[in-house]
Amino acid sequence: MGGMDGFGKVEVEQNEPTFHEDWEARVMAITRVMGANGGINIDMQRFGRESLPPEVYLTSSYYRKWFLAIEKQVVERGFVGADEIAAGRSLRETKPLPRGKFTLDDIKRIAVRGSFGREPPKPAAFEIGERVRARNINPVTHTRLPRYVRGHAGIVERINGCHVYPDTSAQGQGEHPQWLYTVVFDARELWGDDADPTLKVSIEAFEPYLEKM
Amino acid sequence: MQLRIRALETILTEKGYVEPAALDAIVETYETKIGPRNGAKVVAKAWTDPAFKKALLDDASRAIGTLGHVSRVGDHLIAVENTPQRHNMVVCTLCSCYPWEMLGLPPVWYKAAPYRSRAVKDPRGVLADFGVTLPQDTEIRVWDSTAETRFLVLPMRPAGTGGWSEDKLAELVTRDSMIGTGLPKNPAELKS
Repeated sequence: MGGMDGFGKVEVEQNEPTFHEDWEARVMAITRVMGANGGINIDMQRFGRESLPPEVYLTSSYYRKWFLAIEKQVVERGFVGADEIAAGRSLRETKPLPRGKFTLDDIKRIAVRGSFGREPPKPAAFEIGERVRARNINPVTHTRLPRYVRGHAGIVERINGCHVYPDTSAQGQGEHPQWLYTVVFDARELWGDDADPTLKVSIEAFEPYLEKM
Repeated sequence: MQLRIRALETILTEKGYVEPAALDAIVETYETKIGPRNGAKVVAKAWTDPAFKKALLDDASRAIGTLGHVSRVGDHLIAVENTPQRHNMVVCTLCSCYPWEMLGLPPVWYKAAPYRSRAVKDPRGVLADFGVTLPQDTEIRVWDSTAETRFLVLPMRPAGTGGWSEDKLAELVTRDSMIGTGLPKNPAELKS
C-alpha cells in the first residue's frame, strides 16, 4: 500500500486491548498453529490475504482478512473439505499436518520467531555502498518487492545474510535462499522533486529484486 | 464471524490438528506475557550501559539474548538509533510485520491502510497525526519491513534523567517511541 493516497488520518485508539473480540484471538491462534505445524507457511498465509478480492481486502478488519484467508487455504491445501466447512464439522479423515497435532507442549516453539537465515548457496552479488536498481517486475504470484520502489535506484546499506525466499516459498516451491539487503532510497527518487528532502526510505530486498547499474 | 470461526476450530480439533487448550495458551501468551515492556527494558538497558548499547546496535538478537530478564527473541532483529540528526520510523507497507517479541501484537493503526500507505511518503504528516513535530532539518529514515528482519527504534534518552535506574527509565519508554511514531515520555509526565 506504500504511497497510496486517500486513506486519511492515522486513527489511534487509546488503551487499545490486545483483541477487540474473542474471535480475533481464536483466528490469530488458529493461523499460527496451521503455520507452526507445517500446513500453511507464513508466505502462503500472506499471499492468501493479499489475494482476497480488493474490495474485501480494503473493507475488512485485520483479523477478518486473516480468517477469510485461512478458511480458504485449509480447503485449497486439502486439510479440510469445502463440505466440512459448510457442515461445521469434520466428515472424514484428511491428510495429516506435516508436524502433527499442535499441543500445549508446542507453545514455547512459537513464542519465539523461527529463523529464516540459511546457508548461502553462493557469494552475495552486491556490496555495501553499491548503487542498485529495484527491478521492474510485476509477478501475479507473491512477492515482497513493494510496488513503489520498482524501477528506482537506491544504495545497498546492509547485507542481512541469506534468507528463505518468500516468492517461491509462498507457492510451495521450496526455500531457495537468497541474499537479503537493506536498500535505501532518497524520497525524491521515489516521489519526485516535491518530496520531503529530509526523507530516506529503505526496504529489505532479496537479491533477485535488484539489478546492477 | 464468531460462528464461522467456532466451526473452523471445531473441524480442526475433530481432525486432530490442534487442541483447544493450545489455542487458549497462545492467546494468553499474547494477552499477558508479550508486550512493549519487553522492548522498554531493552531500551532502558541501552540508555544506561554503553557496552550493551553497542552490542544492541551491532546485533540486536544476540545482545538481547544475553539479558536473562527479557523474553527470548528470534533472529534478525535490528535496532536503529535515533539521534538529534536522524529520526527512525518503522512500517510494513505490505502487511503488518512488527517485532512481536519486543512490542507484543501491533495496534490496529499499524496494520491499517492510513499508516501503511503514508508512512513511506509523508512521515511528517503521519507524525503530526500522533502529535509529534520534529525539527525541519532532522533526517527521517523510514524502514519498510518487507522481509523477516524486524526493527526496534532506540529512542533518545530524555533530558533530566541522570542517575535514574533502569526500571525507572523503562517507565518513560512508550510503545510508539520504539516504532518511531512517538517520543519517550519526559520526566514530568511520569510524576503526574
